[in-house]
Amino acid sequence: MTPAPLLDLMPALPEFLLLLAGLLFLVIGVLREGDGVRLIGPLSALSLVIAAAIILASDKTAADTFGGHFRMDAFAAFLKVLIYVGVAAAILVSQNFLEDERIARFEFPLLALFGALGMGMMVSANSFLALYMSLELQSLSVYVLAAGHRDTLRSTEAGLKYFILGSLASGLLLYGISLVYGFTGTVMFDQIGSLLRDENASLSSGALVGLVFIAAGICFKLGVVPFHMWTPDVYEGAPTPVGAYIASAPKLAAMGLLLRVLIDPFGAWVGQWQQIIVFVAIASMLLGAFAAIMQTNFKRLMAYSGIANIGYALVGLAAGTRDGVDGVLVFMAIYMVMTLGTFACILAMRRQGSYVEDINELAGLSRRQPILALILTILMFSLAGIPPTAGFFGKFYVFKAAIDANLTWLAVIGLLSSVVACYYYLRIVKLVWFDQAAEPFDLPLRPAIGAVAGISAILLIVAVLAINPLFASAGIAASAIFH
Amino acid sequence: MSDWPLLSLVTFLPLLGAAIILVIRGDGEVVIRNARSVALWTSGVTFLLSLFLVAGFDPAQPGFQFVERAQWLPGLGVEYHMGIDGISLWFIPLSALLTVLVVVGSWYSVEHRVKEYMVAFLVMDSLMIGVFCALDMVLFYVFFEAILIPMYLIIGIWGGPRRIYASFKFFLYTLAGSVLFLIAILAIFLETGTTDLAVLQNAEIPLSMQYWLWIAMFAAFAVKVPMWPFHTWLPDAHVEAPTGGSVLLAGVLLKLGGYGFLRFSVPMLPEASAYFAPFVFTLSAIAVVYTSLVALVQQDMKKLIAYSSVAHMGLVTIGCFTPNALGIQGSVVQMLSHGVVSAALFMVVGVVYDRIHSREIARYGGLADRMPIYAVIFLFFSMASVGLPGTSGFVGEVMVIVGVFQVNSWVAALAATGMILGAAYMLWLYRRVIFGTITRDDLKSIKDLRWNEMVAFAPLVLLTLWLGIYPVFFTRPMEPAVAHLIQQTQTVDTAAVAGE
Repeated sequence: MTPAPLLDLMPALPEFLLLLAGLLFLVIGVLREGDGVRLIGPLSALSLVIAAAIILASDKTAADTFGGHFRMDAFAAFLKVLIYVGVAAAILVSQNFLEDERIARFEFPLLALFGALGMGMMVSANSFLALYMSLELQSLSVYVLAAGHRDTLRSTEAGLKYFILGSLASGLLLYGISLVYGFTGTVMFDQIGSLLRDENASLSSGALVGLVFIAAGICFKLGVVPFHMWTPDVYEGAPTPVGAYIASAPKLAAMGLLLRVLIDPFGAWVGQWQQIIVFVAIASMLLGAFAAIMQTNFKRLMAYSGIANIGYALVGLAAGTRDGVDGVLVFMAIYMVMTLGTFACILAMRRQGSYVEDINELAGLSRRQPILALILTILMFSLAGIPPTAGFFGKFYVFKAAIDANLTWLAVIGLLSSVVACYYYLRIVKLVWFDQAAEPFDLPLRPAIGAVAGISAILLIVAVLAINPLFASAGIAASAIFH
Repeated sequence: MSDWPLLSLVTFLPLLGAAIILVIRGDGEVVIRNARSVALWTSGVTFLLSLFLVAGFDPAQPGFQFVERAQWLPGLGVEYHMGIDGISLWFIPLSALLTVLVVVGSWYSVEHRVKEYMVAFLVMDSLMIGVFCALDMVLFYVFFEAILIPMYLIIGIWGGPRRIYASFKFFLYTLAGSVLFLIAILAIFLETGTTDLAVLQNAEIPLSMQYWLWIAMFAAFAVKVPMWPFHTWLPDAHVEAPTGGSVLLAGVLLKLGGYGFLRFSVPMLPEASAYFAPFVFTLSAIAVVYTSLVALVQQDMKKLIAYSSVAHMGLVTIGCFTPNALGIQGSVVQMLSHGVVSAALFMVVGVVYDRIHSREIARYGGLADRMPIYAVIFLFFSMASVGLPGTSGFVGEVMVIVGVFQVNSWVAALAATGMILGAAYMLWLYRRVIFGTITRDDLKSIKDLRWNEMVAFAPLVLLTLWLGIYPVFFTRPMEPAVAHLIQQTQTVDTAAVAGE
C-alpha cells in the first residue's frame, strides 16, 4: 500500500468545509452569548451554499476516499447540491421564528449544519458502516431540533417520540446490516454487489432478511407507511422551521440512501425488493391521500401530503430501472422545492405576533395578501400535480418509468390516489380564494420567508419551460449508480 | 405575416394581457377600468389574429398548417409542436370570440374582483386556444389539464350559492378522467416512441393495447363531453358558474371531449374505435333521449340548458364514431353550432339573472312585454337550439343523423327523437319565460338589453345564420382532415375483411 496522499481526501472537500465551518461557528457561538444566532444563521447558510457551489464546479466522475467508504459521484453530487441548498433555505426561514418564539439559540443553525453534513455523507455512503454513521449524525441533529421548543409540551413530545421511534428504526437497520455482514462477510457496497451478481456464490436467505430490515430502517427515515406514525406528530409538534427542515432535505438524503443501497449492492435482487417497494408505495399513496382529508392543522396536512409524495417517488424506484431512478431524483428535487415553499407560507401565517397553523386561518387570504395567496395557490396546484406546474412533471417522469417497467396498474393506483389527494389541496385553494376574509396576517412579510416562498413558486412555474436541465442532470446522476 | 409564429402569438397573447392586468396598481376604480380595457383589447386582438389563421388556411392542403416546432424536453423527445388542420381550425376563432363576448357581456354585471375575473378569463382563453393548437401529446395534456385551474377559480369565486360543491365536483370529476388519459398517453409514448400527434395520426398500435387505451381515453373525453352517465358534474357546474363561466364551459370546454375523440381515439385507435362504436352509439342515444326528458322537468333555466347540452353533445359523439365523412363533419359542425348557440343561451339566461338574480323559470313570465329585443334574441337562439332549418343547429344535426343512418338506422331514429323533445323543452321554456302576463312588480320595471349585451349577441346571431345558410364555408377546410380520418377507419374494414 502506498501512503495515501492528502489529495485523496479531495472528494470529501465540501464535507470538510462544512465540518470546519460547524466547529468554527460552535466556538463563535459559545464566545458570543446572546446574539449568536443572528450571526451564525446566515453564516451557516452561506457555508452550505459555498459547499453546494464547490460541488457544482467540481468534476463529477466517481472518486472514492476514506478507503472506499465514501464515494463522490454524479449521484451524490446531484443530491448534495439540493440538500445543501434546501438546508440553507430552511435555516434562513427559521431566523425570525426563533426570535419571535424566544428560542433563538445559536445551536439551531449549528445542528442544522451538522445534520446537513450527515445528509451529505449519507448520499455518499459506499459501505454499511458509513451509511449507519452518517444516518445517525443526521438523526441525532434532528432529534434535538425537533425538541428545540423545550418549554412546550408539544415540542418535547415530538422530539421524544421521534427519538424513541428513530432509535427503534436504527436498531432494525443495524440488525439488518449485521445480518448482511454476517452472510456476505463484508460491509462494502461494491463487494456485496459483485457477490450477489455472481451466480455461483450461493447466498443464504439470511442476507435477504437483512435486506428487509435495512429497507425497513430507511423507510422509517423516509416516513412511509407502515413506518409513518411519527411524521404527523413530529411535523406538528416541532417548531415550524424545523418541520420545514425535516420535511425537505432529510427525505432527499434518505431517498438517496435507499436508491443507492437497493440499486448498487442489491441491484441483482430487484425481484426481491421490488415487492417491498411496491407495497410501501401503494400503502403510502393511499394513506397519504385519505388521511389528510380530515386534517385542519396545516403542518399535519403537510405530513400526510409528504407521505403520499414519497409514495409517488417510490413508484419510480419500484420500476427498478435507470429511468425510474431518474424520475425519482427529478421528483424529489421538485418535492423539496414545494415543501420548503409551503412551509415558508405556513411561517407567514402569523397574527398579532403569534403563529397560527390551522388552515381555516387562511380564509380569504386572496383579498388581504394577493401575492402570498398566488404563491400558495401555485404551491398547492403543484403539490396536486396539475400542469403546467412542476409537480405535474415530477409525477409524469415517475409514472412513465413505472409503465415502462410493466407496472401500469401501480401507476393507475398512484394517479387515482393523487385525484383523492387533490381534494385537500383544493380545499386550501378554496379557503384562500372563495371564503370570506378572516383577520389579516401580520405585515410586512419577513424578507427571508417571502423570498423562499416566492422563489419556490417561481421555480415551480418556470419549470414548464426549463425543467430540461434538471432532467438531464438527474439522468447523469441516475446512471452513476447503475453498473 | 406568414413567417410569424402566428399560433404561438394567438395562444400566448391573452396570457400577456393577464400578466399586464396583474401588475396594474393604483386606485380601485382605475384598476377596474384598466383591467376591463386591457382584457377587451387583448382578447379582441387575439380574435382578430385568429381570423388571420382562417384567412391564411389552405383548404386544399391536407396535413397540418402554421406548424411551429421548438425543443422542449429533448431528453424525452417531447417537443413544443403547434399546428392546425381543418378539424381544429374553427375552434380557435370560436374560443377567441367567446372570450371577447364574455369580457363585453360582463362589463357591468361583474362588479367585485374585476381584476381577477379578467385575468382568469384571459388565462382560460390562452389555454383553450393552446389545446386546439397543440400537436404533441404532452403539450396537449398540459393545456387540457391546466384549463381546470382557471375554471375552478371562476366557478368558485364568482359562482352561485352552491359554488364550492360545484367547483370541487367539476375539478375532481374531470381530473379523475384525465389521469387515465395521462396513463394512455404514457403507454402510447412508450409503445411508439413518439409524442408527436402529427406522426401518431397514422400510428399503428397493436390491437391488444388498443382496447384498454381506448377505454382510458374514453374516461377522459366522456367526462369532458360529457356523455351519459358521466354528465352529473355538468348541471351543477353550469348552474353555479357565473354567466361567463357557463359560456366558455358550454362553448368550448365541452368540445374538448369531442375534439379529443377525433384527434386521439379515432385516428390512433381505429380498430378499437370501430369495436366500441356501438357502445358509444348506445350511450349517446340514451343521452339524447334521457337528458332531453330530464330537461323537460327542470325548474331552473340554466339546468335546463345544461341538460340540453348533454343531449346535443350526444349527437356529437354519435358523429365522431360514424365511419363516414358526413358523420364526422357533422359532429364538428354540431360542436361549432352548439358552441355558438349554447353559449348564447347561457348569455340569454345571464341577462335576466343579472337583473332579477333568479334562474327559476316560474319566477318569470311575460317578459315579451317589457323586453321585446330580448324576446327576439331568446326566440332566435331557442330555434337554433331546436334545429330550425336556416340555423346552425339544423345543419349539424341533419349531417350527423344522415351520416349515422347509413350505419345504424336505430341510432338515427333515436337521435331524431331527441330533436323533437328538444323542440318541446325549448318552446316550453320560452313560453313560460317570455309569454303570459307580468305578475311580479320587479319584472314590470325590468329593462331591455343594454348596448354591451346587444354587441355581445350580434356576432353569435351572425354566426348561427352563417353556419345555417352556408355551411360549406366551414366544412370545406375540414375535408382533407376528415378524409384522412375516414381513410384510417377504412383500413380497419379492409383489415377486418382480410382477416376473415
